Amino acid sequence: MSTDNSAQDLTVRDGASLPDRFENPGLPPHQQRMADVDPAASKRAERQVVALFAISVIGTIGFLVAYFALRPGESVESMRLSNVALGLSLFLAMFGIGAAAVHWAKTIMSDHEQQEARHPQRSDAEVRAGAVETLRIGAQESGVGRRGVLKGAVVSAVALVPLTFAVPLIGQVGGDWNVSKFRHTLWERGRRLVRDPSGEPIKASEVTIGSVYHVIPDGLREADHWIEEKAKAVVLMVRLDPRDLKESEERAGWSYDGIVAYSKICTHVGCPVALYEQQTHHLLCPCHQSTFDMADGARVVFGPASRPLPQLPITVDDEGYLVAQSDFTEPIGPSYWERLK
Amino acid sequence: MKAIAARRHHRLAPLLLLALALALTGALYAVLAPSASGTTTASDEDVEAGKALFQANCATCHGTDAEGREGAPSLIGVGAASVDFQVSTGRMPMQVNGPQAAAKPPQFDREQTDQLAAYVASLGSGPAIPTADQVDPAQGDAANGMALFRTNCAMCHGAIGAGGALSEGKYAPNLADSTPTEIYEAMLTGPQSMPVFNDANISPEEKRDIIAFLDEQRAGSPGGTSLGSIGPVGEAVWVWVVGMGLLIASAVWIGAKSS
Repeated sequence: MSTDNSAQDLTVRDGASLPDRFENPGLPPHQQRMADVDPAASKRAERQVVALFAISVIGTIGFLVAYFALRPGESVESMRLSNVALGLSLFLAMFGIGAAAVHWAKTIMSDHEQQEARHPQRSDAEVRAGAVETLRIGAQESGVGRRGVLKGAVVSAVALVPLTFAVPLIGQVGGDWNVSKFRHTLWERGRRLVRDPSGEPIKASEVTIGSVYHVIPDGLREADHWIEEKAKAVVLMVRLDPRDLKESEERAGWSYDGIVAYSKICTHVGCPVALYEQQTHHLLCPCHQSTFDMADGARVVFGPASRPLPQLPITVDDEGYLVAQSDFTEPIGPSYWERLK
Repeated sequence: MKAIAARRHHRLAPLLLLALALALTGALYAVLAPSASGTTTASDEDVEAGKALFQANCATCHGTDAEGREGAPSLIGVGAASVDFQVSTGRMPMQVNGPQAAAKPPQFDREQTDQLAAYVASLGSGPAIPTADQVDPAQGDAANGMALFRTNCAMCHGAIGAGGALSEGKYAPNLADSTPTEIYEAMLTGPQSMPVFNDANISPEEKRDIIAFLDEQRAGSPGGTSLGSIGPVGEAVWVWVVGMGLLIASAVWIGAKSS
């Protein structure tokens, strides 16, 4: 075998007698419908269409009856009954008309096949020449070729106009480019940890082993944009048996008597991580199943998150209530914000 | 009677009447007031019967003195509420080892469960079984219960308590068929993977609010079928399979030639 064969056009077969053009096969032979040949079938089709319209009428009447007779009351049952009755009757009223129209067109109306030849789209030579001539005269009379400043003005104006919508559109993308705000949350030295949503402070002595507290900073509701601040500052606090707790050297003073507090915002894409399994000390994120070990510095034990949850250093104040030692020492949320460090 | 009638103007008569009225009130209160907890009235016979049941059914794993073994926790100090929850829902005694003990038809009747609870409660103080008043949904504030449920429970049990998956085969069960007492006991004791929500974290009134919220969900969905209340997955499957299937079937019917 030589390489010449592979270069050969394989779509052309030697000796095959292909016609120059294919004949139009035309339409398949017309098949009479039952309703066209059998008067009984025609009558039957007509009755079916009438029945479908009747279904629509019944649906409309049913809708009105349901609207007036089945008013939703205080109970969930009455609301459900009203919704289901209105929805079903509305479906019958609409579907009956649509199905009847289609069935009518398909079975009773004329089914003659019709042909419409395609018109050539190309204009004839005379019209084309006339159009080119008109453009040429227009360009000549505008004087674009001679007046350079005019040409520059036109190009500038047309080129700049898209900025009127491009700039606002691009400005809207991302909403807010001040990413450094993720560095700081409401937590600060001495701010109390309080329960979400009641806002009551938490005594360290009341947190039993195996407990989980959903925590917000004290005074959150008084902050500007408190809901955004809450989204950054939410904390999950658990108490572990101190024997289970593994702490690194530099974080030795960050927990209090087995109580540890971590940011509730997942380091993967920022979902609230809150599925805490007290027997395994694992914290599971519901979005992508990232799993963090609360007993071991919120280390990632499974899933797509790439760094541990930021830990909130805590201690107690003079009255025994839990307070923060400082803000988080690293940005909360997705790892992207790590770049801010 | 004549003697009483003669002395009714005695200067000590009002005092005597007052003493009688107080005694009557006290007696009435003792009869009508709800008992604080089933365990406080447990007799020594109950504890003894519970101990016998414990030795026969639980000691293999939890130890002869309920001190716990490898894989089975100590039951000293878990309280009656924990025993009542685990045994009355059939989770204990465990049938097979698995990711978590599943609820099944209970093995013990009410009396035996109370005896077991009395025995374990006698080993060390722990949370008691809640009273009927504490778990009465009619007395709770369902709106506050919803806020608390959303913050503390919904991440595992779903927005209306339909349950959900956890890691490695564990799961948060559906709460639709849990009794108010079981819900209260579960919050109080933190069975298995569930964390503990003691009275400092969620107060008894707040626990009742949560029960009221869950009770309200049992009336079902006002919009028709709830599709299991598992969120967008069930609804999307319905739309893709049933909704789009109907649209395709309609398009085929419209385009087909009539016979």
